[in-house]
Amino acid sequence: MLFFQEVFQGMSCQVRPLWPPFIAGIVLGLVLLLTFILVGNGMGSSGAFARVATEVGLQVAPEATRENAYLGGMAQGNPLAAWIVLAAVGTFIGAILASISSGRFKVKVDRGSGRIGVGTRLALALGGGLLAGFGSRLAAGCTSGVGLSNTAMLGVAGFVFLIAFFVVGLLVSLFMRRVW
Amino acid sequence: MDYGIAGTALATGLLFGFVLEQAGFGSPCKLTAQFRLTDWSVFKVMFTAIIVAAIGILLLQVNNTFGSQGFYVAETYLWGTVTGGMLIGAGFAIGGYCPGTSVVGLGSGRVDGLVFMLGMVIGIGTFASVYDTSLIQSLVTGARVSARTVPELLGVSPWLIVAAMILTAIAGFALGRVLERRSHGVYSAEDITEGRDVERFDAPGHDLGRDLGREAATARRQDAP
Repeated sequence: MLFFQEVFQGMSCQVRPLWPPFIAGIVLGLVLLLTFILVGNGMGSSGAFARVATEVGLQVAPEATRENAYLGGMAQGNPLAAWIVLAAVGTFIGAILASISSGRFKVKVDRGSGRIGVGTRLALALGGGLLAGFGSRLAAGCTSGVGLSNTAMLGVAGFVFLIAFFVVGLLVSLFMRRVW
Repeated sequence: MDYGIAGTALATGLLFGFVLEQAGFGSPCKLTAQFRLTDWSVFKVMFTAIIVAAIGILLLQVNNTFGSQGFYVAETYLWGTVTGGMLIGAGFAIGGYCPGTSVVGLGSGRVDGLVFMLGMVIGIGTFASVYDTSLIQSLVTGARVSARTVPELLGVSPWLIVAAMILTAIAGFALGRVLERRSHGVYSAEDITEGRDVERFDAPGHDLGRDLGREAATARRQDAP
C-alpha cells in the first residue's frame, strides 16, 4: 500500500533524489536473492532479446530462422510464455513506476553532455546495442545474468565477465569522453 | 507456463527495474560515468548487491534449503565469456547502456534506450547468422573451465571469497569517494532528468568553474516553475 501511496505522491512533478548507492545495492541484492528463491535462478535481461530476435526472424524469414542452429531451438511457442521475456516486461514496468513516482520520467533522446546531435546519439545507441547483443550471446548472458546473478553464486563466469566488461569499458570510454 | 511462474517473472522483473531506476541506472550519462571514474554508483550498487545476494545464497545452502546441490551454476567457457564481456563493455561505453539498463532507460522515457534494444536484436540476429562458423564455435565451446565456482576452482571456502569481495568493495567505495570528490561529483536526480552537463567544469584546477556551474544549476532549479 505504501508503494502505491508513493507512486501517487510522486505525480506532483517534483524530482526526487536517487537512492544512495549503498541502499540501492542492498535492495537490489535482496531482489536478486528473492528471484533465486522464487524462480531458482537469477535475473537475466539479454535472453529476452534473443527471444525477440527469434520472433522477428520468424516473421521475416521463417524457414531460415527455424533451420538456424542458434535461433531454431527458441522458435517454438509463444515468446510471451518465456520467463525471461516476462521478466523484461516487468523490468520495463518497474522502471516506469519508479521514474513517474519520483518525477524523473521524461521523454527524450539522452545525449549526455549534449555535444552530439540526436542522429549521432541514436547511431551510437544502435551500434552499442549491436555489440552488446552479439556479446551477450557469446557470454550466454549480460551484466544481469552473468555479471550479477552468476557472480552472486560465486561462479567463475561472473568474475571473468566483470573483469573483461570493466577493462574494455574503461578503455573504450577513453575514446568516448567527447560524447558522454 | 502457469500463472504462478508468469506472476513471479513479472513481479521480480518489476522490482528489478524499480530498484535500477531508483539508483539512477536509466541514465546512460550516469552509467558511463563509472567508466570515466567520475561517478562510482555502478560499482557501488553492483558490488553491494552481489555481496548481499551471495551471503543470502550461502546461508540458504548452509541450512540446506535447496539440498546439497544448491542453485544451478552454468559452466564457464572462458573465451566466450571474455569476448562477450568485452563486447558488452564496449557496447556500454559506446551506446550508454547494457541490455537490462536499456530497458530501464526506455522505462524512464529515453528513446535512445529503445534504439539500443533494436541494436541488440540486430546484434543477436548477426550472431545467429555466423553461429555455425568455426570461429564462433571455438569461442562458445572452447576452453571450458573445470570448476563452476571460484571456491571450487581455488579449493577454498566460499566465505573466504565473500570476505575478499567485501574487502574489494570497501577499497572500491574508498577509491570512488576520492575520485568522485576530485571530479564534479555524482549525477543527481535533477542532473539526469534535465540532462545537465555536470562535467563541463571537471577539468583539473577548475574548482571555481565547477562551483559556479553548481550555483547556476541550483539557481535554475529554484527558478523552475
